[in-house]
Amino acid sequence: MLGVGAYRTRNLPTRSELLPLPIGEMTWTLTDHRGRSVRPADWAGRPVMVFFGFTWCPDVCPTTLSDISLWLEELGADADRMIVALISVDPERDTPDVLADYVSNFDQRILGLTGSADEVAQAAADFRATYRRVAKDAGDYTMDHTAGVFLFHPDGRFASIIDFHEDRRFAVPKIRRTLS
Amino acid sequence: MKHFLLAAALILSAPAVMACETVTIGDLTIEHAWSKATIGAGRPGVFYVEITNAGSVDDALIGIATPAAAMPMLHETVVKDGIASMPHAMSIPIPAGQNVQLSPGGYHGMLMGLTTALKEGDSFPITLSFEKAGEVTVNVDVLSLRAEGPDCADAGQ
Repeated sequence: MLGVGAYRTRNLPTRSELLPLPIGEMTWTLTDHRGRSVRPADWAGRPVMVFFGFTWCPDVCPTTLSDISLWLEELGADADRMIVALISVDPERDTPDVLADYVSNFDQRILGLTGSADEVAQAAADFRATYRRVAKDAGDYTMDHTAGVFLFHPDGRFASIIDFHEDRRFAVPKIRRTLS
Repeated sequence: MKHFLLAAALILSAPAVMACETVTIGDLTIEHAWSKATIGAGRPGVFYVEITNAGSVDDALIGIATPAAAMPMLHETVVKDGIASMPHAMSIPIPAGQNVQLSPGGYHGMLMGLTTALKEGDSFPITLSFEKAGEVTVNVDVLSLRAEGPDCADAGQ
């Protein structure tokens, strides 16, 4: 067993390259859909669920936000203290007003966060999320982006990721483990 | 097959919720055509449907057309190494004897250049072009942005 462990350690990237930073070590500043400035310190002591997306996204983003809304409904008041946020990877189009319109379609506990291109880039770096602008016809574009849902414990430690194609039944128990 | 026909007969006699309508062309059965409401007409709409090929010959969905959008296209959501992308699908295989779903998180129609915002409760026609079966037009129900699919009595998902 020890041998296997040593082998794995040598061949996998180190933990810090793969996993999001603890919330307390993040340095981003973003603006929420009500126009308020938000920093990682504002989330201290609260469980956190974060998803990267954009409002022009027709399939993955509404699907994920519908799922998140259903999970929150199932968790009920237990999830009231949880910070649940969609961070836009398309700040050029996703202004706070646009995000306000968008998140109003889903569970009221979901925050929309956006910022300048640099602010969003810093947030993505802190979460180890990636995104990329993909040109389409006639000057239009779409975004490729990290699709998992990030979970953090109330002390800011990274807990787990709910993958996009993971069996959704496992999501609520995963979230519950961050609530206590 | 018997079950399938029975289910089809039941749907046809059910009250008119269009997403629960079943349309057939040759060996293909098309049902559960739905879309999601959009915020404004600037964002692309989405189109989902379920196609069953009861025949013995493979077919493929090669295109969609609708008065609701200037540029409807077939796409597939692909998640690789945790990153979601949405490549254009030239065609969607509908193999003999199989059921293929265009559904959230997988194959879907992307309706670019909407002529008007899609509102919950609206419906619009869409014409599906199949390589072998030809063209067929179905009505698409617009559900809420939060919907995960139509609520049909037979929805076996």
